[in-house]
Amino acid sequence: MTVIGWIQAIVFFLLVLALTKPIGSYMFRVFDGQKTWLSPLLRPVERLIYRIGGVREDEEMTWYAYAFAMLAFSVVSFAYLYVLLRTQKWLPFNPQHFDNMTPDLAFNTAISFTTNTNWQFYSGENALSYLSQMAGLAWHNFVSAGVGIAIAVAVVRGVARTSVKTLGNFWVDLTRCCLYVLLPISIVVGLYFVAAGMPQNLHAYQDAVSIEGFKQTLTGGPMASQEVIKELGTNGGGFVNANSASPNENPTALTNLVELVLIFLLGAGLTYTYGKMVKDTRQGWAIFTAMAILFFAGFMLAYWAEAQGNPLVHAMGVAGGNMEGKECRFGISASALFATVTTDTSCGAVNSWHDSFMPLGGLVPLVNMQLGEIVFGGVGSGLYGMIVFVVLTVFIAGLMVGRTPEYLGKKIERREVQFAILAALVTPVLCLVPTAVAAIIPPGLATLNNGGPHGFSEILYAFTSTNANNGSAFGGLGPNLFYNIVTGTNMMFGRFAVAIPALALAGALAGKTSVPEGPGTFTTHSGIFVALLIGVIVIVGALTFLPADSLGPIVEHLLLLQGNTY
Amino acid sequence: MIKHLGTSLRMTIVSIVLLGLIYPLAMTAIAQVAFPKQANGSLVTVNGKVVGSWIVGQLWSKPQYFQGRPSAAGKGYDPTNTGGTNYGATSKKLIDSTKATIATLEKQNPDASGPPPMDLVTSSASGIDPDISPDAAYWEAPRVAKARKMSIAAVNALVAQHVQGRTFGFLGEPHVNVLELNLALDGLKTD
Repeated sequence: MTVIGWIQAIVFFLLVLALTKPIGSYMFRVFDGQKTWLSPLLRPVERLIYRIGGVREDEEMTWYAYAFAMLAFSVVSFAYLYVLLRTQKWLPFNPQHFDNMTPDLAFNTAISFTTNTNWQFYSGENALSYLSQMAGLAWHNFVSAGVGIAIAVAVVRGVARTSVKTLGNFWVDLTRCCLYVLLPISIVVGLYFVAAGMPQNLHAYQDAVSIEGFKQTLTGGPMASQEVIKELGTNGGGFVNANSASPNENPTALTNLVELVLIFLLGAGLTYTYGKMVKDTRQGWAIFTAMAILFFAGFMLAYWAEAQGNPLVHAMGVAGGNMEGKECRFGISASALFATVTTDTSCGAVNSWHDSFMPLGGLVPLVNMQLGEIVFGGVGSGLYGMIVFVVLTVFIAGLMVGRTPEYLGKKIERREVQFAILAALVTPVLCLVPTAVAAIIPPGLATLNNGGPHGFSEILYAFTSTNANNGSAFGGLGPNLFYNIVTGTNMMFGRFAVAIPALALAGALAGKTSVPEGPGTFTTHSGIFVALLIGVIVIVGALTFLPADSLGPIVEHLLLLQGNTY
Repeated sequence: MIKHLGTSLRMTIVSIVLLGLIYPLAMTAIAQVAFPKQANGSLVTVNGKVVGSWIVGQLWSKPQYFQGRPSAAGKGYDPTNTGGTNYGATSKKLIDSTKATIATLEKQNPDASGPPPMDLVTSSASGIDPDISPDAAYWEAPRVAKARKMSIAAVNALVAQHVQGRTFGFLGEPHVNVLELNLALDGLKTD
């Protein structure tokens, strides 16, 4: 580890910290229906969208109406993407004449982008038309992020409101998020990305012959416009297979920093929005603090492990940290930072291959996802995942002192805890059961790229990532019918089986009356609460996943020290 | 539910038009006017012919040119098949191929000082990494100098001219663009 490597991470974090309040207050105004400085320009467009969509702006929805609207939109957008991928050959903007996707791969990809996962069993640069990229995947990057933030806003309204049945209007939240938040940032940063060197064109690939006579086909496409929303919406699906490691998607160390900030931006901002909505910004900062501590813990371990390097390569006389699957312009610190950030959130973009990380370096992204991606988190999903943990923490704290727990004036009772537990149990069940099955049946083992414990880690990572809607991979694992179908359904449950209980929890909270704060009220913005919250997150995660992680990265680390290879 | 499906369908169509078509196409139009070079892939042309892209690495095999890192993209440096080896730290394939790479490098560079630097024996993430570390360039310099009958000092001076430091002094790592260096060695002017 070097001082400069740490400065890079600290400057990155300070940038996120500085942007949290401005973007958070802006989002508060957007979701509160207030005027913003963009309103004169965007309000007419917003009205037009409602008129075409048949949306009544002032209509409030109960939690189940909200959930139904969200599910209906997801079903339609899934079906649309499936059809697009199956017919791209006959549609415009396909200068490379790519064929239609196979049914199982199209199923997997369509679910993957509908659920904001962006798990990719294909390579964009040799499989997808520009139309599929722009109007299929990049469009999904906008709306699936919008859906995530809409759910989070609805959940927060549930915490903030008293004695009502409704949580807002799904269509309005979705539209305002895309129009006022995602689109303006995408336009501005997208143009910077082009200036910095990312391609943005529609023509066919360019053939080149080097001065030495080496023949090469240079790829192109509308990359910059997709790159920006890929990070901002914590989607993570690369235009090309190498994702943000490709110099086309991430040409310089500065674009790398901007991408990192984009990934954390909205998740961090939402903690401030949350504080504003519950009328106590200290609550938002308490959550922010817990997230920040978990972020630095992850980065420290990943950076340390990668900087140590591979002892088996050192034995050949070559010195230095682990550069397998990393890019020269980024180096070790920026790669470890990216791996931490992309899995703290549900992004899943990569600028280096996690599969080729050191065992303990690869453990960090794995654990980040297993904890539920609540460190700033996926746009929206991170905040509502964190609120579930807050409810559990308040409940456990209440048990410790033997009084009815309350959070922000709401009594936390049986129903709330049931929904919270349900949401918290989905991830472990959906991750560990398929992993165990895949590890013992032939189709599960057929497409591994590594042997020994690392092969097991590839399977574990795949189900952890798909179920947490992350989308990063131990990329050696190849697709087959088994993985296409099982990871596909896994992504679907991973999204909706957390979102729906979270909405139900919000619905239950919204209906409650407010109890005045008393001397015995547990303060939820103190250092003690932050420590307790981190404790609950780590204990729930560790109790559930430690056995599986031991069989993968941890045992691999010990065997590596003994010089074993597979 | 039926009502929601109808709204979903209409909202899907209107958002595809706005976010899936108007946004990327308008961005493309602006980019083509404002930043045409970058938007079209930062192509490098010599005497009217495209010889590569500034941001995409190439395979170099002749001794008089600097070589890039090992590549797992297709048959090597194939931008239509980007990616890395995805071998883990305990992979036997990784260890065997690294050993072979070191042996080849040491055979090609008998005058180099010490073992090769880490980035020259490890595959990049994209498979089209356009850069090598300054250490790697200096390590290869004796071979290039010999093949070109230049002094090592002259080659080293050229490398030093082309080292790109960390952005703002702390972002990323210092690196050298291989294509830029090789064009400079040949004294070629780009169009």
